[in-house]
Amino acid sequence: MANIVIDNIKKSFGAFQALKEVSLTINDGEFVSLLGPSGCGKTTLLRIIAGLETATSGDIRIGDRSVISLPPKDRGLAMVFQNYAVFPHMTVYENVAFGLRMQKADDARVKKQVEKAAGLLHIEPYLDRYPNKLSGGQRQRVAVARALAVEPGVLLMDEPLSNLDALLRLEMRTELKTVLQAAGTTTIYVTHDQTEAMGLSDRIAVVHDGRIEQVGTPVEVYNHPATRFVGGFIGNPPMNFITMPVTGGKVAIGSQQFAVPATGGEIVFGLRGETVERAPNGQGLDMQVRVAEPMGSHLLLTGSILGQPARVILPATETVRNGETVGLTLDPKRLTWLSPESGASYPAAA
Amino acid sequence: MTQNRPWIPYALILPSVVFLGLLFVVPLVQTIWLAVSDNGTPSLANMTTMVSDINFGRSVLNTFLLTLAVVPIQIVMALTMGSMVAKMNGGRETILWIWTIPLGISDLAAGMVWLSILQNTGYLNSILFGMGLIERQTAWLTYQTPVALFIGIAIAEIWRGTAIVMIIIVAGLNQVPKEFKEAAEIFGASPWTRFTRITLPLIRPALQSALILRTVLAFEVFAVVYALGGRNFPVLVGEAYNWQNQNQNYSVAAAYAVLIMVISLAATLVYLKAIKVDPERLP
Repeated sequence: MANIVIDNIKKSFGAFQALKEVSLTINDGEFVSLLGPSGCGKTTLLRIIAGLETATSGDIRIGDRSVISLPPKDRGLAMVFQNYAVFPHMTVYENVAFGLRMQKADDARVKKQVEKAAGLLHIEPYLDRYPNKLSGGQRQRVAVARALAVEPGVLLMDEPLSNLDALLRLEMRTELKTVLQAAGTTTIYVTHDQTEAMGLSDRIAVVHDGRIEQVGTPVEVYNHPATRFVGGFIGNPPMNFITMPVTGGKVAIGSQQFAVPATGGEIVFGLRGETVERAPNGQGLDMQVRVAEPMGSHLLLTGSILGQPARVILPATETVRNGETVGLTLDPKRLTWLSPESGASYPAAA
Repeated sequence: MTQNRPWIPYALILPSVVFLGLLFVVPLVQTIWLAVSDNGTPSLANMTTMVSDINFGRSVLNTFLLTLAVVPIQIVMALTMGSMVAKMNGGRETILWIWTIPLGISDLAAGMVWLSILQNTGYLNSILFGMGLIERQTAWLTYQTPVALFIGIAIAEIWRGTAIVMIIIVAGLNQVPKEFKEAAEIFGASPWTRFTRITLPLIRPALQSALILRTVLAFEVFAVVYALGGRNFPVLVGEAYNWQNQNQNYSVAAAYAVLIMVISLAATLVYLKAIKVDPERLP
């Protein structure tokens, strides 16, 4: 078990700055996701923590010990790779035992640890098999068991579920959460899938363009995105952003008046699609619905609000026709106000 | 389209099969028959002539010694070269290209290149003389200097034949995803352990192909040996050549040819058995 301090890490590949002064502290036993689109630098950061990549500058401390100049094996961590990297020429048992063998653990300890990890991941029936005989999900379990068998202080996971099909991914996600909670290992989890990050993490660090845009609990990040990017990246459908003129510190949206943290000019309001309610006829904020999609659990409306593209969600019990205009009531407590220039959000109103 | 006419693939393949059949299988059968017959009746007379020839023992010994010296060195060199370029980011293709230049040279020309280096008036002696290490021209390639002759031939063979091994090994190394090595590194494997426990087992198929190809070629060594040593260093194919051309005895030449084939087949079987490739245990 160990805490991790990422201190001003910079990484350049030639002229390209992959990471621009990234800092993040992860507490002992915490599960933190690095969430961001491909190419944002999240995998590079993970590989720097692992020691597979060298940082241009900055420091990494694991358990209050600087590890930046140590090779991976001396950092006290284990890693699960995106394509599993389960050794095809070794049985499942030898795969899980690999880290322990490298530590020159005696056979009794190897056996005990392998059985424990295999039990956690439910792979005992396959211990004598070779990985090519296993499905993707089973191989992923082997990879996680191999990592947990060494009882690492820190567990690094690089998109571990992205090669699985949707149903299996959901199943593994739930199981990972159970297993990792039981193990209590400090975990850094890289993903581009916001539902994975939301579902698994204690905290999410949203990475964009080589920077961490926001760190917070899933609910914080979802409800109060620090930037327009975070709001747009997290949530399905993404947050709607609608630009409004401000007059006298207030904004009139439909028939509602809102006090805003700006006195004049323009402001952007960020609207989560599921926070609206359908207003009685002729009231509220008008939305011109282009397409109405009944999704079973809810009704997804795509169209425009005040001439700007928007997606909102209504209860499945509502019926809306394509081309119809519906009135929406907004919940002032669940709106996010953002600066149109910087894209940064104003602090949430108390 | 071919579903309606299932014979089309066979028709397209037929010419190559006929071609190989006519130019490989027929001569093969003829050669074997030539070797084990005398005036049209089965006989071991040619074999007896071959075995009792004064150069037979030496040519077998020389061929095996050369193979045993050259092939392992070539495999180790190819693995080293392949591992070295694997770590490079830029210029990898250029280096590989330079390393494969000897492939483009015929083996007789390769022999000539090394002859120009190692003969009495060659570059080696010039350099050694220039550095004051020798007083006069030294002979390296005579029957009186068998060790120097052997080393000279081995070096020429290594120079000429390592590239093909390296190409196969590099292709094999390229198929090993880097995550395997990274995973091993994370879990504490040293570079040497990563090489022996991860890389080598995963390139078994390439290793097997390279060993078979290179060993068979080593048993067929001829032109380089002839250019450098002539008959001072008899080898099996050289003897076959002599019986064919100098002695005009096609039957004994055929006996040598069959012997070389049997040795090659045996070596191939040994490799197939020793380096088992189980597709289940590959990436």
